[in-house]
Amino acid sequence: MTYIAKPRLHHPLLQPNGLGFTRRDYEGKVSTLCAGCGHDSISAAIIQACYDLDLPPHRLAKLSGIGCSSKTPDYFLGASHGFNSVHGRMPSVLTGASLANRELTYLGVSGDGDSASIGLGQFAHSIRRGVNMTYIVENNGVYGLTKGQFSATSDKGSKSKRGVMNHDQPIELVGLALQIGASFVARSFSGDKAQLVPLIKAAIHHRGPAFIDVISPCVQFNNHPGSTKSFDYVREHNAAVNRMDMIEDRDEIVVDYEPGTVELVTQHDGSVLKLRKLATDYDPTDRIAAMNHLQTHQALGEIVTGLIFVDPDAQEMHDYLGTVASPLNQLGDAELTPGAAALERVNQGLR
Amino acid sequence: MIEQPQFRGRVATISAVNDFVVKFANVNGSGSASANGLFAKAILRMGVPVAPRNIFPSNIQGLPTWYEVRVSEDGHLGRRGGVDLMVAMNPQTFFKDVASIDRGGYLFHDSTKPLPPDLRDDINIVGVPLTAICNAAYSDPRQRQLFKNIIYVGALSALLGIESEVTDQLIADEFASKPKLIKPNIEALALGRDHALANLEPLGLQIRRADKVGDRIYVEGNNAAALGAVYGGATVCAWYPITPSTSLAEAFTAHCQEFRTDPQSRAARYAIVQAEDEIASIGIVVGAGWNGARAFTCTSGPGISLMQEFVGLSYFAEIPAVIFDVQRGGPSTGMPTRTQQSDILAAAYASHGDTKHPLLFPEDPAECFEMGALAFDLAERLQTCIFVMLDLDIGMNEWLCRPFAWDDERRLDRGKVLTFEQLEAGEPFGRYRDVDGDGIPRRTLPGVHPSRGAYFTRGTSRDPDARYSEEGPVYVANMERLLAKFDSAKALIPAPIERPARRRTPHGVIYFGSSSAAMSESLQSLEAAGRHVDALRVRGFPFSDAVLDFIAAHETVFVVEQNRDAQLRTLIMTEGGVDPAKLVPILNYDGSPITARFITDEISRRLAGARTMGLRKAAR
Repeated sequence: MTYIAKPRLHHPLLQPNGLGFTRRDYEGKVSTLCAGCGHDSISAAIIQACYDLDLPPHRLAKLSGIGCSSKTPDYFLGASHGFNSVHGRMPSVLTGASLANRELTYLGVSGDGDSASIGLGQFAHSIRRGVNMTYIVENNGVYGLTKGQFSATSDKGSKSKRGVMNHDQPIELVGLALQIGASFVARSFSGDKAQLVPLIKAAIHHRGPAFIDVISPCVQFNNHPGSTKSFDYVREHNAAVNRMDMIEDRDEIVVDYEPGTVELVTQHDGSVLKLRKLATDYDPTDRIAAMNHLQTHQALGEIVTGLIFVDPDAQEMHDYLGTVASPLNQLGDAELTPGAAALERVNQGLR
Repeated sequence: MIEQPQFRGRVATISAVNDFVVKFANVNGSGSASANGLFAKAILRMGVPVAPRNIFPSNIQGLPTWYEVRVSEDGHLGRRGGVDLMVAMNPQTFFKDVASIDRGGYLFHDSTKPLPPDLRDDINIVGVPLTAICNAAYSDPRQRQLFKNIIYVGALSALLGIESEVTDQLIADEFASKPKLIKPNIEALALGRDHALANLEPLGLQIRRADKVGDRIYVEGNNAAALGAVYGGATVCAWYPITPSTSLAEAFTAHCQEFRTDPQSRAARYAIVQAEDEIASIGIVVGAGWNGARAFTCTSGPGISLMQEFVGLSYFAEIPAVIFDVQRGGPSTGMPTRTQQSDILAAAYASHGDTKHPLLFPEDPAECFEMGALAFDLAERLQTCIFVMLDLDIGMNEWLCRPFAWDDERRLDRGKVLTFEQLEAGEPFGRYRDVDGDGIPRRTLPGVHPSRGAYFTRGTSRDPDARYSEEGPVYVANMERLLAKFDSAKALIPAPIERPARRRTPHGVIYFGSSSAAMSESLQSLEAAGRHVDALRVRGFPFSDAVLDFIAAHETVFVVEQNRDAQLRTLIMTEGGVDPAKLVPILNYDGSPITARFITDEISRRLAGARTMGLRKAAR
């Protein structure tokens, strides 16, 4: 939350993208988060992804709940409409926005307190409802804004900065998202931009509920020894299933890999996900296998990252509801109001 | 219309034509609802106005339920109070039901078994051996149960003088899509009718063909409000099932399927989501409203409680939203299937911090339709949350009311939304700037323009250009503008309707919503008794000056409400700075709709007392 706008000075050599925008055009206000916060890296990854995708900034709406992570939409995509809503309730607000205008791209940004504690219900229901969105949880396992309380994703046995042990079972958002029907599920690490940016790009191109859990260490309250969400811990336990490149359908697909090491997945809109396999025989289009892999490796103390699951032919909420192609918020009087003659017929039926 | 009672032994018999109250006592889940509905509709088809009310438990099968039919050629559609004819079909409640019959009234019962001894001797007993007739005619237990209801309707029609052609035609209409059922139902009607004609005298209560229904329609308020939402251009409905509002969302679904299906593609020009709870429902409404779709939710008291935080966001971030609150008995789970007007304050001041919200008070389904449509114009014009305050009585009962009307010249008022063309032409935009001096800012919708009009919406304090600010003066200026905006709402809320007494009087009465029908009848009774009271029906909040002028013009103003704490009175006192001593609460809150007799008695009692108090004052 800042009122400090970034200076609009452009370096003359800044590279414009296909729309003529530079990376600066995708930035927002100056972040007021702590120096070194993982969330700022995620904001940077979002900016990079949107710039790379040549996304017109005004055709994306960014929504969030309440918390450190939910403040970040002010720090990227300043030319987009944004909505910092109510704690834990971003999913319902985003659902409503999507119902009103199916043509925009919706980016929901939330945290582990926002999505796993107060907003677990809305997180789950927006996903099972099939809302067409990219839902990013900036997961640091701690309440930052209220200074260091455990969240529902804090690992059992992890230690707070004050030395308190967490005895509660963590809520595993990736596992939950898989179980309740997310059609794109990924996990990444705020410190691994090379992994994160392509995942965000692929999620934005995905049709359906795309969920990305991004482990994002809290430098202030959850980056100490004993924490399972610290930079060191995540680096040591990162078990990526694949590395991905996102190729838009207009790009040429260059075959530069050994057979059997790369898998290509074509999404609904023609975008191609080029996945370099890291885990042998891992099939990211098999939901049950993904759940098994996740559970097995989690039991070993590993953090499974990468594109964990994708259903490239998924449908979304508007398909289920059978809504008209044009956005509901653009329907005119004639399409909405049945008129006096129809009303007279209603009256006749009520006599 | 009640004629002089005729004495039959010690029993004073009530005689009345087209003006009485029939009450059916049944067991819920026994199929009585459709039979009782048929009875009420038959009277309507005889050209005599009726007002039926379902009094039902929060239960699916086995508990007592009642159906009360007010018959009134004069068109009194509120509850009168009292019972002239009790159709006692429920052994569980038999003694209570018998006790509730007016002296000289009638008890209709199943005479297959003898009546208990020592029953009241001041009522008329009318027995029909329903079970015996059924057992002789049907062998299937389910048929015995269902047709028993139809048989008593047949017997009652004969006893009350309802033409058999009318009931037969209604059966034919009702089962038009299942013609196999027409004949057996008409036969069941005949079984009851023939028995009554052969064995019983007609009752002193009679239906005589009249022409008092006119072009009026007969419809539930929830259905009407849902149709209002369709005409008001609502495209998004998010809801969570809760009595008594569920049928509003279901009616909206049915109306949309009929009126909002694209004729070519068969696609829906609407989206209806049954959400996981009321919080998500209002969240979806706020999200859709923010993005320019007309959106609503419908709920009842417990839902209103859950929605508080979002309602505050709608107020402060200035996002259009519409909530239909079909009120029921509170607090907590309260009386889920009983009526009250007890969410007035909870809605008016919903949420934390300094908030207030416009309310609309429909009196009948016709106004449910009109206000249902109007609410969406108000929400977008004022960029805030609008509450349409129905209650169970209006929402779930069938009311006779004037037909729905729509002017094809009418256009939806989308409020101050800057278009691409306006932004492109350089129209200045500051999301929370009061450009027009009415406190109402301009807004833009996401995606409108590549480089102009984007802003960041938040529930946190911000400056006129939507930039985060916790500066005291900036916050205060914004809160004052919101007050100015609320003041602008006064001119847009439907004006109160005054009904002056025949003579000049220092006494006034204020009433609203579903109390209206009983109030009209009460005003007539009061006037007949020489008690003159000017009446004002409040139709919304914020109150227009006419409400305060009315109060100023009277010494005493009764405020009739269906809640314990005189919530509208509190709102008037708080918002209008009115002396509490001047506003006398008349309160019915037992869960059953207010009756004309209750209002008349309460006001009469107080007017009698006021005279004494006046003398004391004079002595001082």
